[in-house]
Amino acid sequence: MIIAVASGKGGTGKTTVATSLALAISESSPVILDCDVEAPNAHLFLKPQFDQRQQVSMLIPEVDESRCTGCGHCAEVCQFHAIVVLAGKVLVFPELCHGCGSCGSNCPEEAILEVSRPLGILEAGTAMDGIRFSHGVLNIGEPMAVPVIRQLKHWEPFPNGEVVIRDVSPGTSCPVVESIRGADFVILVTEPTPFGLHDLRLAAQLTRELDLPAGVIVNRDGVGDVGVDETCRQEGLPIMMRIPLDRRIGEAIARGVTIVESFPEYVPHFQELYDRILSLSEEQQQTAKS
Amino acid sequence: MKVAISAVQPQFEAELERRFGRCAYFVLVDAETREWEAIPNPAVEARGGAGTQAAQFLADQGVQAVISGDFGPNAYAALETADIHMYTARGGKISEALDALLAEHLERVTSATGPRRHQDGGRGFGRG
Repeated sequence: MIIAVASGKGGTGKTTVATSLALAISESSPVILDCDVEAPNAHLFLKPQFDQRQQVSMLIPEVDESRCTGCGHCAEVCQFHAIVVLAGKVLVFPELCHGCGSCGSNCPEEAILEVSRPLGILEAGTAMDGIRFSHGVLNIGEPMAVPVIRQLKHWEPFPNGEVVIRDVSPGTSCPVVESIRGADFVILVTEPTPFGLHDLRLAAQLTRELDLPAGVIVNRDGVGDVGVDETCRQEGLPIMMRIPLDRRIGEAIARGVTIVESFPEYVPHFQELYDRILSLSEEQQQTAKS
Repeated sequence: MKVAISAVQPQFEAELERRFGRCAYFVLVDAETREWEAIPNPAVEARGGAGTQAAQFLADQGVQAVISGDFGPNAYAALETADIHMYTARGGKISEALDALLAEHLERVTSATGPRRHQDGGRGFGRG
């Protein structure tokens, strides 16, 4: 069971939900993946001791100028304009390169070599309550988040991860698509404001596009209007949980303390959330079969 | 000298477009005869690397100087390699930009002036 916690809008409480959910179901020994590689923060709450590390890199072209004739085939085939031929000189823009290798395979002079470019690092270790934790950290200034997320998803530092919770980055762009792809259920955390609603709609559209079952958690409930409720009703998105606007929760989060630690009465709520996810995704599978 | 000027519309009296890689048109002018033609920028809808693609396009057109608002780091590096001189104009019309260039009123660009723009969009500034 892979659960992705996404949102659309930033700052709605994805990490708040992902970390408390992991703690509430710690008996099922969940694995948590912080896929927000541009700004990972779940470790601040679950406090893992990292003892496994792996480099993430990508192969990019390097031109052997002694063989290059400046014919320009590489520039013609590059969909990302990461390699250009100007005044007979080849210029490579490593940060634009997606590592597809087309330039090298289309070079008639075999003048293009592939060299490794480091993008970031993966780290894993055991966190609070025995939760198995891993995350990716993108190098500072590095725009290529997707390869780091992809490698994080395929990295298996822990055996038998039956329940996996992925903490996703905000938005609906490529890193989000990569983070929710392959999940069994997507939790969309939102807030009942026009901004929350606007981005929730986009995120819900993305889950439909990828054919993934989704449900909504309304955080800071009571702060805004009824737009989120109305939209969820119209679009058939189940509201799975409501977390009220409560200054004490905000204060705990600001100290790096999860909801279930500061308010143990939330433990059963998060356990119920998990049970509902299981039954909803089972229903989905039944419908898909029939 | 063949000069490319980034433009909003395909006309000599059109407004200058401040974005280099994503301008809708390039107006190509012969500085001596003032003969001009407008060409759609093939990079305007590029998913990424618009600056490098536009630079490649202008180099292939045999342009020697370009006037725009800003040149990002990738566009700057590509144009510099192609030995195309870059000049910034704050706005106004294509014809005015050309006159300002010929009167040596435009500043020659010697480093990138704009931000990097090739990252994926759709991401809010808030943290999740």
